[in-house]
Amino acid sequence: MTKGTVSGVVSNMVTLRVDGPVLQGEICYITTGGDRLMAEVIKVTGQDVYVQVFESTRGLKVGAQAEFTGHMLEIQLGPGMLSKNYDGLQNDLNKMDGVFLKRGQYTEPLDNDKLWHFKPIVKTGDRVRQSDWLGEVEENHQPLKIMAPFQLEGTATVKSIVAEGEYKVHDVVAVLTDEQGNDINVDMVQHWPVKVAMTNYKQKPRPFKLLETGVRTIDTFNPITEGGTGFIPGPFGTGKTVLQHAISKQAEADIVIIAACGERANEVVEIFTEFPELVDPHTGRKLMERTIIIANTSNMPVAAREASVYTAMTMAEYYRSMGLRVLLMADSTSRWAQALREMSNRMEELPGPDAFPMDLGALISNFYGRAGYVYLNNGQVGSVTFLGTVSPAGGNLKEPVTENTKKVARCFYGLEQDRADKKRYPAVNPIDSYSKYLEYPEFASYIKEHINDGWIPKVQKLKTRMQRGKEIAEQINILGDDGVPTEYHVTFWKSEVIDFVILQQDAFDEVDAVTPLDRQEEILNLVTAICDKEDYEFDTFQDVVDYFKKMINLCKQMNYAPYKSDQYYELKAQVEAMLQSNN
Amino acid sequence: MATAFQKVYTQISQITKATCSLKAKGVGYDELATINGKLAQVVKIMGDDVTLQVFEGTGGIPTNAEVVFLGKAPSLKVSDQLAGRFFNAFGEPIDGGPAIEGKEVETGGPSVNPVRRKQPSELIATGIAGIDMNNTLVTGQKIPFFADPDQPFNEVMAMVALRAECDKIILGGMGMTNDDYHFFRNTFSNAGALDRIISFINTTEDPAVERLLIPDMALTAAEYFAVEKHEKVLVLLTDMTSYADSLSIVSNRMDQIPSKDSMPGSLYSDLAKIYEKAVQFPEEVGGSITIIAVTTLSGGDITHAVPDNTGYITEGQLYLRRDSDVGKVIIDPFRSLSRLKQLVAGKKTRKDHSQVMNAAIRLYADAANAKTKSENGFDLTDYDQRCLKFAHDYADKLLAIDVNLNTEEMLDVTWKLFRQYFKLEEVNIKKEFTDLYWRE
Repeated sequence: MTKGTVSGVVSNMVTLRVDGPVLQGEICYITTGGDRLMAEVIKVTGQDVYVQVFESTRGLKVGAQAEFTGHMLEIQLGPGMLSKNYDGLQNDLNKMDGVFLKRGQYTEPLDNDKLWHFKPIVKTGDRVRQSDWLGEVEENHQPLKIMAPFQLEGTATVKSIVAEGEYKVHDVVAVLTDEQGNDINVDMVQHWPVKVAMTNYKQKPRPFKLLETGVRTIDTFNPITEGGTGFIPGPFGTGKTVLQHAISKQAEADIVIIAACGERANEVVEIFTEFPELVDPHTGRKLMERTIIIANTSNMPVAAREASVYTAMTMAEYYRSMGLRVLLMADSTSRWAQALREMSNRMEELPGPDAFPMDLGALISNFYGRAGYVYLNNGQVGSVTFLGTVSPAGGNLKEPVTENTKKVARCFYGLEQDRADKKRYPAVNPIDSYSKYLEYPEFASYIKEHINDGWIPKVQKLKTRMQRGKEIAEQINILGDDGVPTEYHVTFWKSEVIDFVILQQDAFDEVDAVTPLDRQEEILNLVTAICDKEDYEFDTFQDVVDYFKKMINLCKQMNYAPYKSDQYYELKAQVEAMLQSNN
Repeated sequence: MATAFQKVYTQISQITKATCSLKAKGVGYDELATINGKLAQVVKIMGDDVTLQVFEGTGGIPTNAEVVFLGKAPSLKVSDQLAGRFFNAFGEPIDGGPAIEGKEVETGGPSVNPVRRKQPSELIATGIAGIDMNNTLVTGQKIPFFADPDQPFNEVMAMVALRAECDKIILGGMGMTNDDYHFFRNTFSNAGALDRIISFINTTEDPAVERLLIPDMALTAAEYFAVEKHEKVLVLLTDMTSYADSLSIVSNRMDQIPSKDSMPGSLYSDLAKIYEKAVQFPEEVGGSITIIAVTTLSGGDITHAVPDNTGYITEGQLYLRRDSDVGKVIIDPFRSLSRLKQLVAGKKTRKDHSQVMNAAIRLYADAANAKTKSENGFDLTDYDQRCLKFAHDYADKLLAIDVNLNTEEMLDVTWKLFRQYFKLEEVNIKKEFTDLYWRE
């Protein structure tokens, strides 16, 4: 292997003089004062190799030795990752000694001694290609596939496969013979370089299946799809993290991966503390069982922060190739971009807008491009849905990270300071936000088939009403309550009904926090009925206000009532009775 | 300064306003050195060329100055002797007392493993209703005051520090005026609290770059008391905007490309490294570190890079505002936010806490609307009038910073105001609480 000698240090950027070939992106370990520091090659000029060190370089001296590994930053993929807490480089945080993270401490991501119950899928003589399913183990009630090596070229023949039984991750469970006649021992662990997209599928069509999140402003108003992409920009204090946590708790996914990328450690602690107690609304099992947390909080080394989102995406792709539905959340992609900026700055590259590197847009679009709904080679389907938050500097959406993300993400959930100030949560702006999937004909036909025909037209109509309501609110502000006709107030209050009853949702209320799809449909129909009614008769604007305030109150109580409970039907009857009268 | 085994260099090849470069071997990154007795730190190594950042500036350094490398990063001697003492940015006593004896610890140490943290859950009472009732503070939290330079943030912070029941208060003063330094010293000593207080002070008279060392010094001391002594430590950092200004000076002199508002591109990470030292340890591991900081704003602009990045890092922020109706400085209930308050409100405090807080703020908001309405020449309804009266009393008796009540009293006072000005249905509080507290 190639060796190197440290010739320069500027913060976590180190230059090495090397004695052999190196890969762009290759991992090396630099030895200093008894610690081994992991680093990644980011630039090569002649004999000088620039590496970014994933740890503090304090005390590092010229002349320190480095050893190259021959591979890029890669992670281990196998059974035993669910419910784990990893750092950005896939070190198991729970296995680390002590209260403080020690420099140069790396821990095993998988439990090497744990036994897994393996069931073979293929038999001797079967022909397999890379990523084909050889067997199955169950982890946290999730069927995980043990696959043919991702690096396998061409077709191989199964020479032998073990019988059903208990095996460790590194036990050989199958032997394959490749086209050249070489035998390949296969265990349960795959290695994959995190910055390379996995393309082990047959086809990646446009996503078309609704991904239920239980959040009304998303599912009803701007739905995201299985394999879709979306982003949530918002100034601080507008509820990005609360919304992300709500989605990660409720979404109908098999696996949820949360990358806490450069954010507050206490937010991760909240997940550690709560998820083991909370129940997955779809399966009734503990949420933690389907969750993986990648915690690279803001005080952890910057270079590992950049790696953390890739680590998370690679894990997501791994589960997708087993035919699972994966939801990946990254909070926040802006911190990732800032990590890129810090390094670009140290390399003295010519900066792009706001000192971000010029290729920021390309990096963001490549990353979002790794999500998707796929048909696997065996005809099964899998998906990686990606939702990232963006923390725009100064709350201004005209900044490079937001703008570049907007070009690639298909759903936009813009959090608004004004809504947050008014405590209208989730503070997703109903007018500027969008879901491109609403325009997909394949999505429309999916909704038509699985929910109902009228859903999308109804939603579109409500959106128009929100727009109109906003325009009228502005007029009322200028002209005063008495300065506009009573009908204007009716139009305005209809938009308030949509806002209060559909869009606003109490993430901390047990019932209201999650709204299943059939219940959302009922609410949608009810609100549509209130809004479509044209024969209201009011004398003064105060009558309008009183009527709709009462209506909103009833509907909100309904949202708080357990679905299909007596209380629910009672309130519904009251709403319908109110609808019968015209004032 | 040089001891027998240290090599002395005497050929400086380059001097800029803040840095000196020379040829040297065997130098570690981040290592300290002295240049004719002035303290400096290694910021760049390229082959034999070593660049040193000189904290107090390079004025007066000759090209043949004596450079001695100390073989260690900035460090602080920690022991119980720290209590009651005042230090400069290098951790040297400035109160005339003896040097500290103790274990030497490098500052800016590693971060806490997130899985070893505990969710904060212990309330910090300050007696100020604008904080305790509306924006409850919790141990292990990090929260700044966003304030204009003319607002009395240091006074409020000193008051909060003295009232908070904590074992140690560590003050990190950056770019503090000499007057404010004396204010803190006198306030703490008058309160008889000096033995609980440790101060690291960089005043406006000291070189600006030196203040970059202050937060690390303060937090290293804090970690000693929190981890080794299992104490509840409160760290006060004022003013973090001066700290950030120094960062921008250094990055500018190192020819780094500035990002927003001339701040270095690493501002977020630089600030996060400090604030994330706030932590609640599980009992078997240690106590807690809570950070209350000050970020001064320029003309109230929170979109500036410093408050903006701070807002993304800290767990909320507190705003001071002069309420012209009552002529007092209040904690602004609208923009202030404590992200951790739900961990204690109604759990460690009385059950009606959250509902009362929300109702009061809603009514205060209605009063603000009524005020705008009357300013625009529209007529006020009876409800509007009552809201305005409520707002006056609410600001005077609860939001003002001169209030000192326990949380139970705060809630009782608020209920009394509700009853005085509103009908039961106007306050919109759950029946189970109005049954209990809506009494004559």
